[in-house]
Amino acid sequence: MAFFEVKNIKKQFGKTEVLKGIDFSMEKGQVLSIIGSSGSGKTTLLRCLNFLETPDMGTIAINGETIFDSIKHKNLKDNELRERRLRFGLVFQSFNLFPQYTVMENITLAPILQLKEKKLEKEEYKHRVEEIQTNAKVLLDRVNLTEKCGFYPCELSGGQQQRVAIARALALSPDILCFDEPTSALDPELTGEVLHVIKELKSADSTMIIVTHEMEFAKNVSDEVIFMANGVIEEQGTPKEVFEHPQSPLTQAFLNKSMETF
Amino acid sequence: MQFIRIVIFPLLEGLLYTGLIFLITLAASLPLGLLLSFGSKSKIKPISMLTRGLVWVIRGTPLMLQILCLDIAPGLISQALGCGIQFALRQEWQHFMMVCIAFTINYSCYFSEIYRGGIQSIPAGQYEAAQVLGMTKSQTFSKVVFLQVIKRIIAPMSNEIITLVKDTALASVVIHLDLFTVAKGIVNTNPQYFLWPLIISAAFYLIINGLLTVLLGKLERKLDYFKV
Repeated sequence: MAFFEVKNIKKQFGKTEVLKGIDFSMEKGQVLSIIGSSGSGKTTLLRCLNFLETPDMGTIAINGETIFDSIKHKNLKDNELRERRLRFGLVFQSFNLFPQYTVMENITLAPILQLKEKKLEKEEYKHRVEEIQTNAKVLLDRVNLTEKCGFYPCELSGGQQQRVAIARALALSPDILCFDEPTSALDPELTGEVLHVIKELKSADSTMIIVTHEMEFAKNVSDEVIFMANGVIEEQGTPKEVFEHPQSPLTQAFLNKSMETF
Repeated sequence: MQFIRIVIFPLLEGLLYTGLIFLITLAASLPLGLLLSFGSKSKIKPISMLTRGLVWVIRGTPLMLQILCLDIAPGLISQALGCGIQFALRQEWQHFMMVCIAFTINYSCYFSEIYRGGIQSIPAGQYEAAQVLGMTKSQTFSKVVFLQVIKRIIAPMSNEIITLVKDTALASVVIHLDLFTVAKGIVNTNPQYFLWPLIISAAFYLIINGLLTVLLGKLERKLDYFKV
């Protein structure tokens, strides 16, 4: 059984069917890229995996444990959703850092709030907070932002903000880290630094799902590529298979358009 | 000397009551307004309809009329019930209390709309980021959203707060304690002082509002360290 398995995920908004039955699986430490034109359902799929939307149909399993089954889990309560969300991390296109907190506080806020709920004794609590802070420093170092620790988001460039967002997501050690077009809101000269960090994460064996428009990047970093069109997986395979020998005419047309140079 | 005794001292007393109405109303309606804004956004239909209805009525009728209604209501009710409920408070204080309640209800409704606008102006991404980080709804509001809302609403809030200082003059329909009513009384009974009592009371209003402007400006600058 694969580490992460998604079966028959369907989602519709009103009368519009956005996802028409998505199946895929991946192994631990793998990187999966999802490509496709706007409106193909990529982002909705990612939002379903993070339970920002609840799928209408389908199952999601991590490590053999079914964490979502549409038959049983139609109406999950808030705290049930919370538990499931924590299995995943999500990095947004628009970073969504918390503006009133420093870089350090952005990373430690959620872990410390979780700690507070445990109602530990004072000593233990203090000790754990220190651990969280040390871990945050390690993460900041991994995204090459140690010196920005006390800065506020508005004092950072877009690329730096996105790297903080990555560290923030990592601080909760999710099983699977998802990226929703992480470089689409960045100036071209800033995309490099973010992609570089993601590449580093791959070498550290993080399991990642990346929705992206950066074709070269997807080709280089992924173990598996999915091309989505009209709410279904149109084609799936290794980067070599999908990028160099696409079978579906839709994939071919999409790749021709995106690889076009001016 | 006589000027001080006849004009200044009563005006200072009026200033005290005006300040009291202002402070009580502000302290009560800042949190109540937030509560009402939650109410009007509630998913429970009766609650949201009720709060929206209340806000509509309160914002759609004159404050002076509301004060008068509230002031007369307890007496009428006890008369209708025929049991003549005796209020523990002295007459004057009972009026004062009803005035404060009327002000609080009125300003809570105005504040609630300002809060609502502020809350709605926070981008969905902030809520989603907090959600995927496993925060509960209340954590998301108190730790992520609230301060951003405050920053966004300081300007419209300042406006309302300054208006409240001046609106205290409307208390004159039922009590004769506030600064404006006292000044008016002195002018009527002591024509020898010309307009001076009114001018001095105007100066008092200006001083309070000047102080408030400085204070609220400080708060605004204090939140300047981040951008929303």
